[in-house]
Amino acid sequence: MKDILQELEDRREAARLGGGQRRIDAQHARGKLTARERIELLLDEGSFEEFDMFVAHRCTDFGMQAERPWGDGVVTGWGTVNGRLVYVFSQDFTVFGGSLSETHAQKICKIMDMAVQNGAPVIGINDSGGARIQEGVASLAGYADVFQRNVMASGVIPQISLIMGPCAGGAVYSPAMTDFIFMVRDTSYMFVTGPDVVKTVTNEIVTAEELGGARTHTSKSSVADGAFENDVEALAETRRLIDFLPLSNREKPPVRPFFDDPARLEPSLDTLIPENPNQPYDMKELILKVADEGDFFEIQKDFAGNIITGFIRLEGSTVGVVANQPMVLAGCLDIDSSRKAARFVRFCDAFEIPILTFVDVPGFLPGTGQEYGGVIKHGAKLLFAYGEATVPKVTVITRKAYGGAYDVMSSKHLRGDFNYAWPTAEIAVMGAKGAVEILYRNELDDPDKIAARTKEYEARFANPFVAAEKGFIDEVIMPHSTRRRVARAFASLRGKKLTNPWKKHDNIPL
Amino acid sequence: MFKKILIANRGEIACRVIKTARKMGIATVAVYSDADRNALHVQMADEAVHIGPAPANQSYIVIDRIMEAIRQTGAEAVHPGYGFLSENMKFAQALEAEGIAFIGPPATAIEAMGDKITSKKLAAEAGVSTVPGYMGLIADADEAVRISAEIGYPVMIKASAGGGGKGMRIAWSDEEAREGFDSSRSEAASSFGDDRIFIEKFVTQPRHIEIQVLADKHGNTVYLHERECSIQRRNQKVIEEAPSPFLDEATRRAMGEQACALARAVGYTSAGTVEFIVDGNRNFYFLEMNTRLQVEHPVTELITGIDLVEQMIRVAAGEPLPFAQDDLKINGWAVESRLYAEDPYRNFLPSIGRLTRYRPPAEEVTDSRVVRNDTGVYEGGEISMYYDPMIAKLCTWAADREAAIIAMREALDGFEVEGIGHNLPFLSAVMDHPRFVSGEITTAFIAEEYPEGFQGVSLPDDLLRRVAASAVAMHRVAEIRRARISGRMDNHERHVGTDWVVSLQGQEFPVRVAADRGGATVNFADGAVRVESEWTPGQPLARLSVDGQAVVMKVGKIPSGFLLRLRGAELKVHVRTPRAAELARLMPEKLPPDTSKFLLCPMPGLVVKINVAEGDEVQEGQALATVEAMKMENILRASRKGVVSKINAVPGASLKVDDVIMEFA
Repeated sequence: MKDILQELEDRREAARLGGGQRRIDAQHARGKLTARERIELLLDEGSFEEFDMFVAHRCTDFGMQAERPWGDGVVTGWGTVNGRLVYVFSQDFTVFGGSLSETHAQKICKIMDMAVQNGAPVIGINDSGGARIQEGVASLAGYADVFQRNVMASGVIPQISLIMGPCAGGAVYSPAMTDFIFMVRDTSYMFVTGPDVVKTVTNEIVTAEELGGARTHTSKSSVADGAFENDVEALAETRRLIDFLPLSNREKPPVRPFFDDPARLEPSLDTLIPENPNQPYDMKELILKVADEGDFFEIQKDFAGNIITGFIRLEGSTVGVVANQPMVLAGCLDIDSSRKAARFVRFCDAFEIPILTFVDVPGFLPGTGQEYGGVIKHGAKLLFAYGEATVPKVTVITRKAYGGAYDVMSSKHLRGDFNYAWPTAEIAVMGAKGAVEILYRNELDDPDKIAARTKEYEARFANPFVAAEKGFIDEVIMPHSTRRRVARAFASLRGKKLTNPWKKHDNIPL
Repeated sequence: MFKKILIANRGEIACRVIKTARKMGIATVAVYSDADRNALHVQMADEAVHIGPAPANQSYIVIDRIMEAIRQTGAEAVHPGYGFLSENMKFAQALEAEGIAFIGPPATAIEAMGDKITSKKLAAEAGVSTVPGYMGLIADADEAVRISAEIGYPVMIKASAGGGGKGMRIAWSDEEAREGFDSSRSEAASSFGDDRIFIEKFVTQPRHIEIQVLADKHGNTVYLHERECSIQRRNQKVIEEAPSPFLDEATRRAMGEQACALARAVGYTSAGTVEFIVDGNRNFYFLEMNTRLQVEHPVTELITGIDLVEQMIRVAAGEPLPFAQDDLKINGWAVESRLYAEDPYRNFLPSIGRLTRYRPPAEEVTDSRVVRNDTGVYEGGEISMYYDPMIAKLCTWAADREAAIIAMREALDGFEVEGIGHNLPFLSAVMDHPRFVSGEITTAFIAEEYPEGFQGVSLPDDLLRRVAASAVAMHRVAEIRRARISGRMDNHERHVGTDWVVSLQGQEFPVRVAADRGGATVNFADGAVRVESEWTPGQPLARLSVDGQAVVMKVGKIPSGFLLRLRGAELKVHVRTPRAAELARLMPEKLPPDTSKFLLCPMPGLVVKINVAEGDEVQEGQALATVEAMKMENILRASRKGVVSKINAVPGASLKVDDVIMEFA
């Protein structure tokens, strides 16, 4: 009997070694952790339960039958993050370079199915050379099986992808369909076609890092939502993100004990808006001063800085924040910022995360670059996302809310629940200068008259009260009381029920 | 007594004066420029008058504007603070002409002390010790040797037209005087085309020690002992104390009496300061007299118990001093740290911007300790580029020097300032510097002890251990909170362990924590540390009791860790499970990116000039661009030879720290 028990231990021992000590050392030498080490750091200590440890591939071509390591290049299973259930798969680069075989894919599919069934997030750790070429179309089929599950799981459970090594070719499309992608600087890259193919086809010479490194994808392509210094940091921060997310669309966002008075006043916010309307200020200060304990998990920090997206907590409960950032491009909306924010708003709506919007928007960015790029449709994405969202929506206009951008930014008209404005708000079709130039075109050659008209316009429209008279602004609030007012607003919306008409799905302008 | 006074100043000193006036039941009028519309002194005053645009030469130092504000408000007297119009004779005269009292000395005294040469002559006549020297022209080396011997070695041989050390020699003997004179003269001739030379006593181990005097209009003149201000950076005082750790009673009395003699000689009234330079043998020499309230006056107030501003107001109103020299004793020790909006890590470059957080330590007055913070700013306020970068003066008082320094360390650790660069870490570092603690300081202290600038400090082992223990206890509290999130799998919750590895300042300590109601006992391999604290996650300032000693630190967040700041150190601290620590050791050390190919903007400011064009080859040291910040034009130079490949900034552009101004091939 003892021998039989011992055999299990021996087999486990062998499976845990993956591609062997030499390859594990090589993985470490690259500054990367192994698939199992990553899981250890991601999950609560000792909580990991493995599935399919002894699965081996079934390929017989190219002499593959000679080498059938247990696990087949991916470690799968479940465990907990701060006691909450999550599913995880972690590709093992030490086994066939983490390449995806039919059985490798089946393992991933198994835990994805369980995750959807049981309502818990999936975290995929990607470190793979790509398709297992020896398996041919079976490998491609494996990818597609995973893709289909990504699609089905989308909006049902949070899906998080960590790119911790290569992720190339078709493999990129699984992370691409998940909710969040995080990369590790210097040791991860993603691209559809690698530098060699790029060179052959287009004569363009580019390094893997430039083509698809963390910097490229966080700041240029916006494929990735964030990047971290190393594996340890990335996994710790992923745990931090999971603490903000509900386990599935059937659950409310998590609540954590908090040590911050919801009624905390911040007198310094009364001077946040500079005297000069053209001077920028840092919207992040407002976010940090409103959030519980100043804790903010920013999404897509390095992309489209003119809008800020991320998660905070109010009274211990998750809130998604969207905010114009006057420090970048005056906080205007453009193609990139609209896309970034639209995707974030839709994530929040899908997972019942209330949305807090801080508005200081001078309008949409003008120019051929924007029009040719389709700012009409991209801007419409954000409009659409806010309009369809049924989660609690609280909006605070801090300064400018001009033109169509006013409508877009979670306005009352898009079913905003609480639409507040600071006394410094200016809600108008456009700024005074532009408006006067149109309204008083015939007086343009008289600077004194124009100056008087501008003053007149400012006095009449550069304030929140015209909108408040019409009920578009529910109340004008003092900046220092923003945290208290916003927290109370969300507290009152805990019972919100709003349903959109039945439809197969909407047709958001993609 | 006056019913209403106007304060012709801004910032902390305006607030300081308003406080005393209020205490005395006198109404106050503030004046403000465009940049100070929302300033603290405007909020504190009973009335405020706008006097012009932000630049001081269009507002605070325009006499007519101040006079107009006086007329408007009916103020009976003016306190000028320091700087601005405080030593402006014309201002004093203008007030006199309109019958407004100047809360300061008579115009004649300002004039007499305003000129370096006149004041030195007057001082010598009044029997004040001045630096011995020969001002006339020296014909040849023989005469130079004779004069040097008369003055007494060491002497300094200087070119009249000299500057920056050129044409300057120090001689310790006749032989050196002869050589020094010849070489100094030829260098002066070639460098400045002017070979005139003079010789004066070279003061070794110089200290800056000054005497506070106070005189009324009834012929009473007293001195309120000394302040030592030797901790200076490029002639800017940083830390002051009273009394001086160097003076003995006889020297103090001699200096005090000479200072009073000078004050009497020029018919001085109100508060004034006579500055001396003191050598290693306690020889002291007159430097100059400041005919106003000094920045560092609070340390004198703390050791004498006298409100100098109150006395200035009373003197101006014609009241006699209510005390005599014999009543003025030194009680305890006071230290002042000047908080500057200057980034010590960037060679003390001025920093401007919004104070996103400003929480000074609580002021307290007990029998054993006083914490006082004179400030002119508030959280949410703006540090503008137009004025002095000093934003607060933190003072502590205790029975002796050691206790006052300990109080200062704690007060600095509890001072929260965010949003701008500031010198708090540097101040803390000086408070912990053994040489400062010993009192063996000179005016060269900062130049000698921080020759390469300030790079932060490393904590000593015992303190590091206390911080490590604190971090573990704090991390444990934070992790337990995390494990209490909703949505857990019942009966399968996360169990927060007891074994941790804390890494900080390049060291790792494995520890085991035993927590109880009162706190946590953190067991290191070689002994335990007891940590007690009310800290909860998210609090930016942690006050802990570690083995019975207070540890106060600022707590910031970094990915998977804390950023802890105390005692001039900034520590990235990670607390991990033993397994996570083992894996973290596998992570590669990443070098900071190479920025040598870029010219980065060292401070927020305005580009005034770009001196080169794309494609230019530049030499090491060549001026590349000029950036203006805090009224100062900073010339940015090439750190090495190279070719300018791209210019990203244009004149007039306003830049942030680390914005790329130009790139090199």
